[in-house]
Amino acid sequence: MKRRTPFFLSLLIAALIVVGVLLASFFSITVSSLPALKKFGLDFFLGKQWDPPAKVFGALPFLIGTLITSFLALLFSLPFSLSISILLGEYLKKGRLASLLKSLVDLIAAVPSVIYGFWGLQVLVPWMREFEMKIGVSPYGVGILTASFILSVMIIPNTASIAREVLELVPADLKEAAYSLGATRYEVIKRVSIPYAKSGILAGVLLSLGRALGETMAVTMVIGNSNVIPRDIFSPANTMASVIANEFTEATGNLYYSSLIAIGFFLFLITAVFSILGRHIIKRSSLK
Amino acid sequence: MKGLKWRLAKDRLFRGLVYLLSLLSISPLIIILLYIFKRGLKVINWSFLTHLPKPVGVEGGGVANAIVGTIILVFIAVLISTPLGIWAGLYLSEKRRGLFPEVVRVAVDILQAIPSIVVGIIAYLWVVKPMGRFSALSGGIALSIMMLPMVVRSTEEVLKLIPPYIKEASLALGVPYWRTVLKVIIPAGLPGILSGVLLGISRVAGETAPLLFTAFGNQFMNWNILKPVNALPLLIFNYAMSPYEEWKRLAWGASALLIIMVLTVNIISRLAGRRWKVQL
Amino acid sequence: MESPIIRTENLSAYYGDFRALNSITIAFPQNKVTAVLGPSGCGKSTFIRCLNRMHEIVEGARVEGKVLLRDRNIYEMEPTLVRRKIGMVFQKPNPFPTMTIYDNVIAGYKLNGIKLKKSQADEIVEESLRKAALWDEVKDHLHKRGTFLSGGQQQRLCIARALAMRPEVLLLDEPTSALDPVATSRIEELIEELKETVTIILVTHNIGQASRVSDFTAFFYLGELVEFGPTQSLFTVPKDKRTEEYLIGKFG
Repeated sequence: MKRRTPFFLSLLIAALIVVGVLLASFFSITVSSLPALKKFGLDFFLGKQWDPPAKVFGALPFLIGTLITSFLALLFSLPFSLSISILLGEYLKKGRLASLLKSLVDLIAAVPSVIYGFWGLQVLVPWMREFEMKIGVSPYGVGILTASFILSVMIIPNTASIAREVLELVPADLKEAAYSLGATRYEVIKRVSIPYAKSGILAGVLLSLGRALGETMAVTMVIGNSNVIPRDIFSPANTMASVIANEFTEATGNLYYSSLIAIGFFLFLITAVFSILGRHIIKRSSLK
Repeated sequence: MKGLKWRLAKDRLFRGLVYLLSLLSISPLIIILLYIFKRGLKVINWSFLTHLPKPVGVEGGGVANAIVGTIILVFIAVLISTPLGIWAGLYLSEKRRGLFPEVVRVAVDILQAIPSIVVGIIAYLWVVKPMGRFSALSGGIALSIMMLPMVVRSTEEVLKLIPPYIKEASLALGVPYWRTVLKVIIPAGLPGILSGVLLGISRVAGETAPLLFTAFGNQFMNWNILKPVNALPLLIFNYAMSPYEEWKRLAWGASALLIIMVLTVNIISRLAGRRWKVQL
Repeated sequence: MESPIIRTENLSAYYGDFRALNSITIAFPQNKVTAVLGPSGCGKSTFIRCLNRMHEIVEGARVEGKVLLRDRNIYEMEPTLVRRKIGMVFQKPNPFPTMTIYDNVIAGYKLNGIKLKKSQADEIVEESLRKAALWDEVKDHLHKRGTFLSGGQQQRLCIARALAMRPEVLLLDEPTSALDPVATSRIEELIEELKETVTIILVTHNIGQASRVSDFTAFFYLGELVEFGPTQSLFTVPKDKRTEEYLIGKFG
């Protein structure tokens, strides 16, 4: 096709704008976070203290809060999301039940995160408080564990849908070969399908993790908003996203504001890296 | 033989476990929806939809300002992201190989992965800071940044599925390239593109984080896009965190309303997508 | 030989670095059916796609040499105009799925933004469908979508669509390869009738089809034009050994 028609040029310009939006976002955030990064250097990410009145900004409590919540959430959700992907990718490929289940899983992703947060605050937090009283820890109700529970529900669809897609790509003749050797279905799934699909599943897990790291509202509402390093998984804490959500509009002074943006900058970087990694893995495994 | 029995038992056990865990993972969704509808639906009535929130301590009141605000925000987001996204998606479906298209695809992926709160910061830096105040415009721009990659991707995917012979048939009739794209390729993919746009709407309509420091929220009705507006998700967040029962009641109602809106758009989007599949 | 309407001079075609056609020089006589024959992969489809500049829509494809339509090099003309003068029908029937039968026939006008009066449009639709021997079968369903038609009917609809532009040359790229024998023989009859109004170049790998419907045959092999002449003589006394081997079924 003639590539230099004005019309094609207009398409190219649209594509350039899309790339431009990303680059400009990255640029703006980087520039605005420089004051904080210059002032504190690497200590910004290793500093244990976040004390706005004293103008001391160390983001370590939020890094820890984010890591623990996200990994716990991933841990809780994996058995469930993998089960769904195995069910839909192996046992129930077609039929009403399969499409109902698929729609319900999509629905989990469709419910706005503020609603998860609201429900968590109103219903889950009181349950947690009772539970915490029973086991004898401080009954905050809110905290890392509560946030992880909510988060684990929210990220089920991410892993489930990608893992299902890669499981469906496992060549039928490979599975048939295993069946013809007398393997049971469980053995086929365990020894043929999952090994074949494992890199795709990993990509799904990475993308879920990216989602969990950046999830804001639901976490903000139930994590308890404490700026100290959490002592255990029942403690209130803050994640990188939740501290921005809580403090950005109240941030006074250039350094405070720049420190919050620097946290955003870091989040941006992590999720970008995860997304590139995930994309790379999916691409490589689909070439197989 | 004992080995075989054990293997078969394991097989059944695994199958049972997969079914059980799958059903269990749906249960939180069901529980949450039941709660929201049980507490929220009874709040929704005519005055809830048409009145402004009342000050603390006064019974009643509604969320009309938030409904209007959400509509304005989504409208701005669609206005910006749809033409740009469709055009960029068209570029990707027309130019499938090469370095630059690949760069665009990676950029779209990253844009899609940016946490919503970071998108809020971006719109703040681009619009709120230069203008010196919160506004519906900045909120709409934040939502459009979130919607853009969804539209690009769904457009590209839909247009890629259109068989190349349809394009050839048009070109062979001497139809210029741009007319072929506008009159043949886009119409053939339109239901699919529309479905992608609706899905994007259903996602961003429920977003809160990008609005916290852009649209900001507003107790009053506002139609001016240069001033702050309220939005349903913002209202739910603010009232949920408030200590007043009356406001929490409004938040339950707003939650039910938001879920109904989001799910309706979501379902329409699926139906549009399905119709398109049958057609080809 | 009769006056040629379209001819090529040293025409070569490339996909990237791969040369699919090697310096073809040939002249097609007016109002005749010329079959372009050869085993698959010999470049015959590429060749006719060069005749209406469809070859270049593939990324990385390019052409060297000349194609002259009434002594004008089509590579110096606007490609869209070339394609309106030289119609094309493809292997797989490809009516526009979103259009009615009526709209499919005048698609060339509609998509090009050429306004037709209702009476003019009606006339073109009827004339084209009659020429394509489809009128009687579809005249009561003109405003339904063409997708319910059989494969053979769809292919005749595509022929009508090409004829509606009143082309001087009609390129048929293996038009019956996706059809059953009955539909195939109807298309073959149709080709016979059509040559009164339009010059036809028919790509086929079916030796029988070439001998049944064509006046001239060009035999292609590995991107080269091996032999060209009246079908009768080429089939009975081929000059080239490769032609002879192909005709007796040694390859392809």
